[in-house]
Amino acid sequence: MNMGGPDMAPQRSARPGPVLEVSDLQTHFFSFGGTRVVKAVDRVSFTLHEGETLGLVGESGSGKTTTCLSIVGLLPRAARIVGGSVVFEGEDLTRKSQRELRRIRGRRIAMILQDPMASLNPLFTIFRQVAEPAFFHQQLRGRSLRERVQHLLRAVRIPSPEWRMREYPHQMSGGMRQRIVGAIALAGGPSLVIADEPTTNLDVTIQAQYLDLLKDIQRETGVALIFVTHNLGIVAKMCDKVAVMYAGKLIERGPVRELFDDPKHPYTRALLGAVPKLGSKEPLYSIPGQPPNLANLPAGCSFHPRCPEAVPRCVSEEPGDFHLGDGTVARCWLVEGKNEAGAHRGRTRS
Amino acid sequence: MAEPVLEVRGLKKHFPVRHGLLGRGRTWVKAVDGVDFAIHPGETLGLIGESGCGKTTTSKLILLQETPTAGSIAFEGRDIAGLEGTELMAYRRAVQVVFQDPFSSLSPRMRVEDIIAEPLEIHTDLSRAAIGNRVGEVLELVGLQPDVAPLFPHEFSGGQRQRIAIARALATNTRLIVLDEPVSALDVSVRAQIINQLEHLQRSLGVSYLFIGHDLATVAHISHRIAVMYLGKIVESADSDTLCARPMHPYTKALFAAALPSHPDDQQQERTIAGEVPSALRLPSGCRFHPRCPSAMPVCSEVEPTLQPRDVGGVVACHLYG
Repeated sequence: MNMGGPDMAPQRSARPGPVLEVSDLQTHFFSFGGTRVVKAVDRVSFTLHEGETLGLVGESGSGKTTTCLSIVGLLPRAARIVGGSVVFEGEDLTRKSQRELRRIRGRRIAMILQDPMASLNPLFTIFRQVAEPAFFHQQLRGRSLRERVQHLLRAVRIPSPEWRMREYPHQMSGGMRQRIVGAIALAGGPSLVIADEPTTNLDVTIQAQYLDLLKDIQRETGVALIFVTHNLGIVAKMCDKVAVMYAGKLIERGPVRELFDDPKHPYTRALLGAVPKLGSKEPLYSIPGQPPNLANLPAGCSFHPRCPEAVPRCVSEEPGDFHLGDGTVARCWLVEGKNEAGAHRGRTRS
Repeated sequence: MAEPVLEVRGLKKHFPVRHGLLGRGRTWVKAVDGVDFAIHPGETLGLIGESGCGKTTTSKLILLQETPTAGSIAFEGRDIAGLEGTELMAYRRAVQVVFQDPFSSLSPRMRVEDIIAEPLEIHTDLSRAAIGNRVGEVLELVGLQPDVAPLFPHEFSGGQRQRIAIARALATNTRLIVLDEPVSALDVSVRAQIINQLEHLQRSLGVSYLFIGHDLATVAHISHRIAVMYLGKIVESADSDTLCARPMHPYTKALFAAALPSHPDDQQQERTIAGEVPSALRLPSGCRFHPRCPSAMPVCSEVEPTLQPRDVGGVVACHLYG
């Protein structure tokens, strides 16, 4: 069926490289005329290939959302990218104007946010909202637009889409609303979808259905996914790679199995120990204290005041990225020298 | 076994819903429809289910914020429906609550010491100095420094606020605390702190908990027994360990299937169940779960199953085990 526009599959580029390559990204918030600087994202690097899912994990205020907003260029006015690059399909997004970014957002990069009621307009029908990306980006009109919307709603398992698309968001359940947001995200045939805690407001069985749906869609379209979450269970279920953020920095990143089997950074270990496991009554590991204030970070490694394994060096000197043999990268003095890969040492750029 | 702290029998709460022109039509939402359970001293009962299944209505009935349509709630052997005067005060003193969101459950205009002192001022005739001492005492119990008392709630993080809410609930020598999703709004590491703290407090003070939640792993971790609710009814209830080892009701199994793995290699055999919780206004006939049930039989849409003993302990309401 030719609908006069690209179908669900992303427009795959012939370029082999990664879909997204973030290197040394730094986003700072400036207040009081620039006298106060908060380093919300501090030298964050990761890569993402077609069909891969990256879990971006961290507690509230660790910079997960700011990282995502930096990628799509939707930062609030007080924030600015001060360093690094975001290379998406070979183009550096940090060098693009808002006008150019508008042609990328909604078409090649889409976002799914936490609260579906807040991302849908209560005054417009489902049809109007799902049709918008296809209307603007692919210039579909009339019948082909209607067919495209029905196709998208069917893809996210909305029953009888020809009726449902005439309804309003308040007539849908929470799970259905979130699936409609998913349909809008897919409307442009994106090659990257950023999902920021999309299932936090959903019930467990609905959450499981939604995660299964996202996996199915990814299998069909090969879209790359960034999953922002604080739930390690979702990471275990969904992701191929994980990046753990703490106080604006990526403290550990690597393949999901290595992270769960052999977490390198004490913070990652603590996070894994803090999650209750079904059928186990062992006391949970609890990290003392709470995440630091980004405006007033401790010297050295930001985690050292809470770290059970801190050594004197952690207080004075900030660790850089250490590339380890199993493909993980950790920012911790404790892993220095432990089967480190090649010549990458200390504060390396990757 | 000792006498239960709280015993709930045949508890029902039906809300009228008016509809049609001038509100002449009338139907009932059966939010809680015949629930039985007991909580013993020093025990945690976990109440689990999806939104709209009647967990919070049950807690409101226990807290006397709603009056039951039918059934009884007995606290230490006495029916709470007829309580008046000092006896009612004694009940309110003994049963406290901690809510999900510590950002909206603490008044932003009150200092921490006033928040915690309020139940003491209402329920006891202690002097100001004695109240001050007690405030410091409960703050220490929940792992906060007594010198935070003069601060306002906005000066605390989510986890600390939840500790303040727990301190307030403990202030009056409480016997039972209703914990309505107390950790859902917290970050992972803070969640673990609060769960450990609650378990520690139970061991040292012997207080009982009714722990309401929807995250199976958390509820199973903290609870001694678990009751699974679906559309106003308890469909299965058993010791936490036996329930985890062998869930029997298809809905309980579905909750386990939907629970997130703790490791990427934890393969999930079953596909999750389809559909959503139906509206409580139009309850399915027979077993309330049959429209979503993967193993529904013809009898399920006709006859409502009753709770029967499970062969390994506990009870289950399902025709599969009739």
